[in-house]
Amino acid sequence: MAAISLQNVTKKWGEVTVIKNLSFTVEEGSFLVLLGPSGCGKSTTLRMIAGLEIADGGTIRIMDRDVTHEPPAQRGISMVFQSYALFPHLNVEENILFGLNVRKVAREEKQQRLGEVAKMVGLSALLARKPAQLSGGQRQRVALARAIISRNSICLMDEPLSNLDAKLRHEMRIEIRALQKRLGVTVVYVTHDQAEAMSMADRVILMRDGDIDQIGAPDDLYETPATVFAASFIGTPPMNLLKTVSTTEGTAIAGAEDHPLLVDTGKDFIIGLRPEHISLSASRGVPAILGASDYLGADTILTARIQNQDVLVRVAGHAKVRTGEQVQLNWENENMCVFDAASGRRVEDFRLSRAAA
Amino acid sequence: MRRVRSITPHVYGWLLLTPAAILLIAFTHYPTVATLVQSVFSKGTAIRPSAFVGLNNYRLLLEDTVFWKVLWNNVLFGIGTIPTSIALAILMAVWVNGKLPARALTRLAFFTPTILPMVAVANIWLFFYTPEIGLLDQIGRVFGFASHNWLGDPDTVLWCIVVMTVWKEAGFFMIFYLAALQSLPPELEEAGRLEGASRWYYFRRVAFPLLMPTTLFVSINAVINSFKLVDQLFILTKGGPDNASSLLLYYIYEVAFSFLDVPYAATLTMVLLSALAIIAVGQFVFMDKRIHYR
Repeated sequence: MAAISLQNVTKKWGEVTVIKNLSFTVEEGSFLVLLGPSGCGKSTTLRMIAGLEIADGGTIRIMDRDVTHEPPAQRGISMVFQSYALFPHLNVEENILFGLNVRKVAREEKQQRLGEVAKMVGLSALLARKPAQLSGGQRQRVALARAIISRNSICLMDEPLSNLDAKLRHEMRIEIRALQKRLGVTVVYVTHDQAEAMSMADRVILMRDGDIDQIGAPDDLYETPATVFAASFIGTPPMNLLKTVSTTEGTAIAGAEDHPLLVDTGKDFIIGLRPEHISLSASRGVPAILGASDYLGADTILTARIQNQDVLVRVAGHAKVRTGEQVQLNWENENMCVFDAASGRRVEDFRLSRAAA
Repeated sequence: MRRVRSITPHVYGWLLLTPAAILLIAFTHYPTVATLVQSVFSKGTAIRPSAFVGLNNYRLLLEDTVFWKVLWNNVLFGIGTIPTSIALAILMAVWVNGKLPARALTRLAFFTPTILPMVAVANIWLFFYTPEIGLLDQIGRVFGFASHNWLGDPDTVLWCIVVMTVWKEAGFFMIFYLAALQSLPPELEEAGRLEGASRWYYFRRVAFPLLMPTTLFVSINAVINSFKLVDQLFILTKGGPDNASSLLLYYIYEVAFSFLDVPYAATLTMVLLSALAIIAVGQFVFMDKRIHYR
């Protein structure tokens, strides 16, 4: 059963349509990430699921019940806010118990659930503190605890880690994912950080301008991006996207006309190549000139130039190369993505030119 | 160059403080001390010059039935105006902070009494309270009530002034509450809504506690105003009938400028100042413990 399903959901701010006919479902017990650049409508979508915004069109169903016009409390969901939204005058215990106090849960049950949850998120020793006396990571845990203690089967998270430093963010990523698996809750998680999406999600919805660009498992998005936008958004560094020109021999990367890659169909393409799929060779391949090199420890990102297009190449270890050196770039054809330059969409049925095949 | 450098930093400090210090000393500290000094001297006349009389004026004050009357009036006035105007201010602020049509107009309407000078306000309310032709009596007549001299009856006159003062002050306090409400992060309310907290529950458990610093500020202002605001008495009642509507400051004015008894007025002023100081300190000590400052 789908825990959450959206059908043709639309949201307008005045005259501007920010969400256009959005439809997707979230499987029960799965971790779904809404990913996209700022202003793509991912937070608005989450807030519509939460009931903090009312959809202008379409239906939202939670656990097979139409909740489109129901108030937030009736939807059986919890939410973790980007700013944590802790009540500054209440201590940790009172913050966590806020919802149970509203619902007048019996005292013994409250204490028992509080003990459980506090232990789970590691706050047992801090229950008497005020939020101002906590670090960012601890506040985040209070917000998580407040979401968990309600025992709702669905938890919505709006960029919960964006206020933390890099190291803590990484720890919390693992912790949130472990908690989600342990409790078996359905999570919808909004982020603009593709690394977060890749490492946590069962499924990612990549959004752009209020519309879905691609839905899939993290591997799908990484290996077979559906659009140029998906290719450029996912991966650090992202996929190289190279313009092509038509030659008599076939379609080639602009600046490497001697190496036709595809059978010419008169259309312009964009060739997508992941940096780690390209290797350097002294003898054969597409000629390029080396520019900057960026040493990252485990590997080095080299910038090579084909005429005026930059190509990033990932090489293991600390590559000792000279700027201005002439090299040849090689890759396996199966790792090459081809996009239609006009629509930006992935092309599956391209034909390799004789030279490339 | 050398001369400039030889001025030590603490001299600079004093120089920078001087303008503020002059104003403060000339208009606050010196008058206070001068008042204190005057209150222990007798009233000077052409024949008998003013002489040191110690606490004689204060002894006089204890026997002065008018003083006790106006002090009691002032207490009633405070009890009548302070909680009501604060409660009304919060209510109005919460209301105009929400989504409602013509919000700016409503806010302005609530704030208008504050902009009006007290003298103008008193004149407006004079029309309401006038017997026979006043608004109150005209409405009362529709429901068959007899005409009543609101400002002429010692039983109603003080409450007439209380109602008018609340009307004037609540809008002013509302502005502070409105600003405080708008500085509360909207996520707090959203988090409350997600947990199913009713508007009243959210207000009682979250918004009101977070408004406590504003409440302290407003309540101190309200207390001071309850002693300070006497303009309306000049227009409406002149303290009458039989001092039924006279307040401490108005009595001080009368003593000083109608009866020309400056030392006794100084004595009354000292009592007023001490009362205000004690109340303000009390409010800080009492409320500080229950206030969450962000």
